[in-house]
Amino acid sequence: MQGKRNYNLILGAAITAVMLSLILSGLIRTPHDPNKINAGNSLSAPSAQYLLGTDNFGRDILSRVIIGAGSTLYVAAATVAIGALAGMLIGGLTGYFGGWVDELFMRAGDIILAFPSILLALVLISLIGPGRNNIIIALGIMFIPSFARVVRGEYVRCRELDYVHSARIIGTGNMRIMFVHILPNAAPVILRAIAIGFNNAVLAEASMSYLGLGVQPPDASLGRMLSESQSYLFSAPWYALSAGIAIVLLILGFSLLGEGIGARDNA
Amino acid sequence: MAESVLEVKNLCAWYRGTGVFGNKTRTQALDDVSFSIAHGEVVGLVGESGCGKSTLAKVITGVIVDTGGEVAYDGGRPQMIFQDSYSSLNPVKTVGWIIEEPLRVEGVIAPAERRRLVLEILDRVGLGNEYAARKPRELSGGQRQRVSIAASLIRRPRLIIADEPVSSLDVTIQSQILDLLLELKHEFMLSYLFISHDINVVYQICDRVLVMKDGRIVEEGEVESIFNDPQHEYTKRLLNEP
Repeated sequence: MQGKRNYNLILGAAITAVMLSLILSGLIRTPHDPNKINAGNSLSAPSAQYLLGTDNFGRDILSRVIIGAGSTLYVAAATVAIGALAGMLIGGLTGYFGGWVDELFMRAGDIILAFPSILLALVLISLIGPGRNNIIIALGIMFIPSFARVVRGEYVRCRELDYVHSARIIGTGNMRIMFVHILPNAAPVILRAIAIGFNNAVLAEASMSYLGLGVQPPDASLGRMLSESQSYLFSAPWYALSAGIAIVLLILGFSLLGEGIGARDNA
Repeated sequence: MAESVLEVKNLCAWYRGTGVFGNKTRTQALDDVSFSIAHGEVVGLVGESGCGKSTLAKVITGVIVDTGGEVAYDGGRPQMIFQDSYSSLNPVKTVGWIIEEPLRVEGVIAPAERRRLVLEILDRVGLGNEYAARKPRELSGGQRQRVSIAASLIRRPRLIIADEPVSSLDVTIQSQILDLLLELKHEFMLSYLFISHDINVVYQICDRVLVMKDGRIVEEGEVESIFNDPQHEYTKRLLNEP
């Protein structure tokens, strides 16, 4: 680490900070009302008044990107939270105790991972219906096995180490060994899994909304904006570019951050 | 007070595994082991690697439970010092946290008093107060082993099982740690079960020696008599190794 600066971490943190502050500022106010239709001003090019131009309904794209990114972020964060918490619990218990319960959960995870996750999420959505909260539930369940697998691996690695034996010798309870002794040692790996999972969740949310199953109109989401902008790719390229670049920045920020954290821990 | 600090009778232990064809295997690691350790005694346990020495330590401290036979000890549960101080100290915790943990788990002593005891024992094993805030990776091998000793002593056990405690250290550090163990033995009225493959170390600090081969104790006696007049072929071979 000495002498070599962690550019991934710095750049990732910078991009993420900019995106987050934009999204947070959007909670308070946006340049224009994101859902206000202005038919006389549709598909106008970027200008001083509309920094990223307007869409086919004359709505301000910058405002919609800010609100849409917030919506995408919310879905991704909630999805990762469900996947990571449940995955940590399942992975921790199965990795630490092993035995037939371990086999059962891991094979169930294999089954879920064997299907394309978007397909499985589509099946779930067709059962519980579209909408933002249902997308979170469906994607959250899809994300559990990959987290469980990563966490399980860490627990399998740690459970036979001498410091865990040592904890048993002093009579430490299993729950305390799992969460106080082992969990902090698994933290770097879990953080990296969260960074990767978060990117996948942003993409998955965008795909689901692109297919019209996520956030419902007229509310904005980056995926939905991409899908709507398709028809105007040549007449109004700023529409697709704005939404696309916002997705790229969100993902790039978090993946650089994840890699930066990884590099720091390995040093 | 009982005469011995540890009584082991007809102890057997098995390792479960899976064979090449998925069949369940059960390997006997300890076979009818019996011995006792008196108060204040240092007993050496020697033998080649894989003969069951570490398994015996884990059975006595309760890490392995698939066993037959009896283990009885006087006073609290025996504590253990491991060979590899790198893996026996939790890498994300501070030295102070690690030494305090046995008391925290016990849950009898108030937090302020616990921290005082931690600093006291740190000082006793030759580490200053400033070490309490450090992480294990910031310490040298000898210092880490001192931390292990402090953590094993904090509950004032009567017996400590030391599994190759000095074999990963330099010779000069080795003798410092051995001296420390002997000082502490008198101060805390301890007994040791000292596991080692290093005959010289055993000769230096042990009163009595157990020789182990393939999970059995094949010879047992006072240090002098074992070294001067070994009876078993295996013991003779161990002594003649460079």
